[in-house]
Order: sequence, then C-alpha cells, then structure tokens
Amino acid sequence: MEKNITVTLRVWRQKDAKSKGGFKEYQVTSTTDTSFLETLDILNEDLVSKGEEPIAFDHDCREGICGMCSLYINGHPHGPATKATTCQLYMRRFKDGETITVEPWRSAGFPVIKDCMVDRGAYDKIMQAGGFISVRTGSAEDANNILIPKEKADEAMDAATCIGCGACAAACKNGSAMLFVSAKVSQLALLPQGRVEAARRAKAMVAKMDELGFGNCTNTRACEAECPKGISIANIARLNREFLKAKLKD
Amino acid sequence: MTTIDSKIPEGPVAEKWTNYKAHQRLVNPANKRKLDIIVVGTGLAGASAAASLGEMGFRVLNFCIQDSPRRAHSIAAQGGINAAKNYQNDGDSVYRLFYDTVKGGDYRAREANVYRLAEVSNNIIDQCVAQGVPFAREYGGTLANRSFGGAQVSRTFYAKGQTGQQLLLGAYSALSRQVAAGTVKLYTRYEMHDVVMVDGRARGIIAKNLVTGKFERFAAHAVVIATGGYGNTYFLSTNAMACNCSAAIAAYRKGAYFANPSYVQIHPTCIPVHGDKQSKLTLMSESLRNDGRIWVPKKIEDAKALQEGKKKGSDIPEEDRDYYLERRYPAFGNLVPRDVASRAAKERCDKGFGVNNTGLAVFLDFSEAINRLGIDVVRQRYGNLFDMYEEITDVNPGELAKEINGVKYYNPMMIFPAIHYTMGGIWVDYELQTSVKGLFAIGECNFSDHGANRLGASALMQGLADGYFVLPYTIQNYLADQITVPRFSTDAPEFVEAQKACEEAQRALLRNPKGKDGKSVDTIHKELGHIMWEYVGMGRTEAGLKKALEELKRIRKEFNEELFVPGTEEGMNNELDKAFRLKDFITMGELIANDALHREESCGGHFREEHQTEEGEAKRNDQDFFYVGCWNYKGSDDETPELIKEPLVYEAIKVQTRNYKN
Repeated sequence: MEKNITVTLRVWRQKDAKSKGGFKEYQVTSTTDTSFLETLDILNEDLVSKGEEPIAFDHDCREGICGMCSLYINGHPHGPATKATTCQLYMRRFKDGETITVEPWRSAGFPVIKDCMVDRGAYDKIMQAGGFISVRTGSAEDANNILIPKEKADEAMDAATCIGCGACAAACKNGSAMLFVSAKVSQLALLPQGRVEAARRAKAMVAKMDELGFGNCTNTRACEAECPKGISIANIARLNREFLKAKLKD
Repeated sequence: MTTIDSKIPEGPVAEKWTNYKAHQRLVNPANKRKLDIIVVGTGLAGASAAASLGEMGFRVLNFCIQDSPRRAHSIAAQGGINAAKNYQNDGDSVYRLFYDTVKGGDYRAREANVYRLAEVSNNIIDQCVAQGVPFAREYGGTLANRSFGGAQVSRTFYAKGQTGQQLLLGAYSALSRQVAAGTVKLYTRYEMHDVVMVDGRARGIIAKNLVTGKFERFAAHAVVIATGGYGNTYFLSTNAMACNCSAAIAAYRKGAYFANPSYVQIHPTCIPVHGDKQSKLTLMSESLRNDGRIWVPKKIEDAKALQEGKKKGSDIPEEDRDYYLERRYPAFGNLVPRDVASRAAKERCDKGFGVNNTGLAVFLDFSEAINRLGIDVVRQRYGNLFDMYEEITDVNPGELAKEINGVKYYNPMMIFPAIHYTMGGIWVDYELQTSVKGLFAIGECNFSDHGANRLGASALMQGLADGYFVLPYTIQNYLADQITVPRFSTDAPEFVEAQKACEEAQRALLRNPKGKDGKSVDTIHKELGHIMWEYVGMGRTEAGLKKALEELKRIRKEFNEELFVPGTEEGMNNELDKAFRLKDFITMGELIANDALHREESCGGHFREEHQTEEGEAKRNDQDFFYVGCWNYKGSDDETPELIKEPLVYEAIKVQTRNYKN
C-alpha cells in the first residue's frame, strides 16, 4: 500500500568545479511508490518556488539503462537497493523520518561539475583507447557465417550489459575502473570477431585507465557488490589473463 | 504554391536504391578531408552516421546533450531490430518486410524510402554482429529471432531485453574508434540552439555548452540533425527526461518543413500512470506480447471490484476473462500493431472495464505461458522485464498467486498505453535532406519511413539504416559541389548574429515578470502535457482539437507572463535549459494539434473519432488525404503555418484497408 513518507535529505551542494562544497539539509514529503529521483524533483520544485536554485544531479532515461544517473546514497553508489540504478530506487526502501545522505561519486577519475553531478568523460576516453572492433561500415560478411556457441554469446551479453555509470570506481577504495574495463574487454574477447584485437585492446584500455588516475584493483569486490547491472568480477580475472597474455607476447 | 521535390529515383521500387548509388556523385578522399559535417545527436542514427562519415574521411563534429554519447535514448529500446534475413525459413523477404512496414504504417509512408529501408536491413545485422553486438543465439550458434507486432514471420533480432543498448554501444564503439582516429570531434553536454544559414544554406549551428552556460559557434559544410522525436511534448512519455524537439523546431523555424506531426505512437504496454509526481512512464517491451495475453474482466462487476481493490487479477477465473485482442483480431491476436492494441485498451477502459484504481489499465498475463513453458523458460525470456516491473510496482508477475479448479494463476502485470515514439518529424527527401539546403535529418527526427504508425523493432532498424547505410551515401551527392567551398569562419556576421539572438532569447527567459511567485517550468509543462494527452492523444475530435489550440495559446501566454526561472545565465542552469525546451514543446504542441485537426481521417497513430467504422476501426480517407502533410513556418510562432502537400505515389503496393482480423 502506498503511504506518505517524510525524510530529511542531507545533500552535497557545490556551486561549480572550483568552489568548495558542503552538505545542506532539506525536509521533503513523498510517497512510498514514488521514485527517489522523483522525490528529488519534488524537493527541487519546492526550492524553485522559494526562488532557490535546484539541486543539480545527472539523470535521463529513468529506467535503469542509460547509466546517466549516479548519486552516492547513504554510503552506496545508486543507494541501498541492489542490482538497481538510482533512478530505479523507490521510497519504499526508506523509513519515515529517516535522514538520507546524498553525495556525488567520489573518485579521482570523476571530478565534480556541480552539486551531485560529476564528469565521467574518462570512461569515454578509455573506450576510445580500444573498446571496439575495427570493422568498416559495410564491410561485414553475412552475420550467420560467424557461429558463436550460445553459452559464449550469453556470457558476452552478460558482460556487455555494463551501463558505464561509474558506480564501480565510485565504490572502490582505490578508485579503480577495472570492472568497467574488464566488462568491455571480456565481451569482445569472448567473441571470435573480437579475438583478433584482444591483446592490443586489453593493453590500451588498461594503460589509458592508469593514465587517467584510476587506481589498481585489490580484489575487495566492492565494485561487484555495488554494480547495478550485476557485472561479475570474473570479468576482471579474464581481463588480467588477457592483459598478461598480451604482455608476455611483448 | 510551393511544390515539393522528393527526389525519388526512377525505375521500379526494387531498383531505385541501386540506381541511385550507381549514378550519385561522390567525393574523392582528398576532398573529403576538406569537408566538415556537423552531426547533432549520438543515438543510433547520429552515432552511426558520425562514425561512418568520419571513417570515410570527412571531418565530423558530433554533439550530444548528455555527458557521454552512450547515454542517448536509443539505449532504452528493449525488444529488437527487424531484418529480412529469413534465417527462420518462414517466408520472409525484403519485399515482405517492405510490405509489412508500409501496411503497418497505414499506407502513409513513402514507398521508395521504405523499400530502401527493408533492403539495407540485412546489412545492419551483418554490421552489428561484426562489431561484437551479442545478439541472442540458438544452440547451433546461429542467430535467434522472435516475433513482433504486425508481422506473421519471425524477423526480429534481439539481445535479451536490451537490444537498443547493445546496438547503441556498437555504434558508440565505432564512434569511439573514430574519435581516437581524430576524424570525429566530440562535444558532450552541448545542446544545439540554432541552425546558422549563410546564403540560403545551412552552414553551422549555435550550441550551448551546458556546463559553462556559454553559447558557441560551429561551422561546417553540412549539418545533420539526429535528435530524436517529440514525445515529451506530452510531458509524460517513455522518452528520457532530456529528450526534446528543440533542434527540430530550430530547423523548422529556419524553413525546414515539419511533416505529419500528428502521427504520434502510443505504445500499448507501459506501466500505468500513478500519482501526479510521476516524471516519466516506463515501457514494458512489446516482446512481452509474444507470450503475454492481454485481458480485462468480462463482467463489469469484476472490473468494479478490481477498481475498488476488493479483488485481484488472479481472483478472476479463465472463463470470466475477456482476451479482447484475441477476440477482435483472431489472425494477429495479441500481436496486432501498437496503434490497434492501444485503441482497443482505451475502448475497454472507456466502457468501464479498466482494472486499477484509476480505471486506466488492462492486464498482461503470463499464466498460460508459465503453465506451458515453466517459469524458468519464461524468466529466461523476460526476467529483466519482470524484475523492472517489480521494482516499480512492488508486484512480481512471475509469482504464483492462486489455484482455481486446478488451474494456476500468476500475478498479471498492469499496463496502459503511453506516448512512445513520433512517426512525424522533419520532412526529408529521398536523400534525407530537409527543405533547407545542406540540412539533413536522420532517425526518429525525420518523418520518412513509418507512415502513420511504426511497427515494433523498426525504429532501431531505421536509425541504423539512415546512419550507416543511407546518409553516408546521399550526403556526398550534396557535398560533391561543395569541394571548392573553403572552411567558414565562425566570425562571419551570420554566426555572430545567430549567437546574439540565442543570448537575447536566454535573457528573455530570465526576465521573471512575476518573480518567484511565477510558475516553474515543470508546472507549465505538466499543464501542456495534460492538454495534449486529453485532446490530442489517443482519440481526437474536431471540437477537442480546437479546444486544445485555444488552451495552447493560453499556455504560451502563461509561459511568457508567468514563468519563473531561478539562477543566472552564468554557468550550469538546468531550469533555464528546460525553459528553452518547453518553449519549443508549446510550438510543437500546436503543430501536432493543427495537423490532427486538418487531417479529417483516421490512420495509424492518428485517430479521429469522427472517422471510424461501425466496429470502431480506423477509417482512412485516401481520396482526400493520400499525402504527406508538410508544415511551413511563417516567420512567427503565433502564426498558423502553411500546409504543403507531398502527394504519395504507390507503384508497388496496392493501397487497401488494414486488416489484422483474418
């Protein structure tokens, strides 16, 4: 049953990348069937009606697939719900009267732009370093000429569901982007089309990740626990194998 | 009178595209490097076009509103992508896909474009597989297919319920490769505000850097807009929050015709609206209709009990359920096209058979499928959709709810139609060029391929067809005589003035005549959405549309006199950016309503209640409305635009009444 719920939101406010930020508290009344982001909408409408600037936060599809929403809620990227993004978090997960702390991703690789909004351009740069198969438009052979065992295709699909939101790096005490990198490296390494460039890809993406200030993986598994898409750290093991193989060839 | 040249090549429909490619002008590699192309948008159409054009050697500037090109809303497409591969050996062919698409579009699409779409559909699948898109496969390693609405063959390729995501990530990876190669320069968190015209041709854009708040000027030899549809005019839709029609409206104000704006697709399987704080509607993939059966109670007293919360769906036994789609359309059953399914749901709910507290919902039930296949198989097919549904509604559709007389009943989903896709859009000729020279429109942004209704799994097909396989050819036909035109300076007066106009428009939005006692952007947008849904939604009437146009005038006045936007023009200001978009949504609303009012017939997504058969089916009027309705801007938003008609010429297909009954 839908019920009203009143919570205190302790939200990170920061004017821009250069300013110093801090927490500010707001009270807001929502309902249990309303989403967390819609609750922020309610708060923002309230702020606007008082002539104040609304809280800036990233969001777009609001159905858990675009990877735009972020938010570190009560110490968890994407909040307390498991296997869900912030936009799929509903107020029924919280208690009436609860204080909820809302912060931006905290990671060296993701500088704050404003309030709870961060710059995740680094992930694009890692992709540009090698997250692709080099095939010209129009040069492909008939799709069924490449037979791929169902299990392999499914495994590649599981890795490919990464939405590039950055929760893995935000969850990691080292600020490592290994889960993100390994998901793409795995997806493409598992497929025959992607094998050709597997070694080059693993090296280039890891090198770019290091260059952009992301930390190393020390197997704390925090990324896997917080990943809204349930990307497995088995992918990191596969990345390590691919990377090692590539290095041994050098 | 203005006439329209759609530049359809000579010859039989099946040979047009081959003929075109054989005779079109090309640009040689050395000259490609001298030519710049702006692509606005990074969805399936934008990303695939930018990647392909960059790879060919053009210098591409690619813009997106989000923080990364990978976020574009193509990513949310769930079900799949059509292609005429005939891998299932079920009688599919290019012709059949062409025919189904034209028929599905209620004979309001341009034949030549649709044929080309069907023709390149197979290349798309090849391309995507080569890029590493992990489509679903059979145990033998070949590609798997599923069925979709409006077709009797199984031609839809899919990647779980995330096909759009996988295709977009494929295009994004191709784009990333070009960014690394230096052929494409990316501008993220930029929003296009205007097209810059020099000597009657589109030569650049003014875009706002959403982080710094500054307007910037960009020049190119051609401009391509790939900015999606205008569904968010209705406030609540399945579109993403940032989806907007401002780039399209900017093009329209510069002389690009807006074609068939009244063709709006209302998707039958969305999670019903709840409360007034809702920000968007969530789609449940059409693929669910493969195994899900849609029903409402047969008895009105059961419907009442459901509405009052005294009964649950699982309390109603098989014999008391009305599977109304199977009843009305035996040949296609639950797989009728979207417009037909949406209207049938509305019809039942209008008669009082709605199943939730608002009376605006029907059931989508998997009991039969689970009993037949077992929960594991059903979950394998739709598990992520079941989870998504549960997260939002707190109901698990795979959960056994009741056993009546030995029959197991599972929790049904509740669904209701919602605004989803817009078939109308910027008018383009066969080359995807708008009525403005040098300005092209691709993907959902243009009007070209879906007629009055789009079939499921055809949006992804069209986006990628335009971006990978059509525009990269046709744009060369335009650019071939531009090779001697040097790069433009953005200091030219046309650019300076365009930028100034944007800055002035921005200051006007920050005027705040009533201060903070005024109305917020969302408040006015919700009013707009309410009017649009009520009078310009699923069932339209002359009186209702006239009322809508009056109300839209009032809303525009309210926008001008009561809008409140906090903050300044310095730095990031989301409310200000939303205000810009809302201004254009109001103009868009008027375009939709005007087109709907003028089109005295029912076809596809456009249903005029005055024009229906005795059985309540859409009644077309081919005598008077067998044309594309193009709206030409008359210099001011307050003036009614001029209607220009592009007659439809059908050579290959005999125009008939759409029939999904037998």
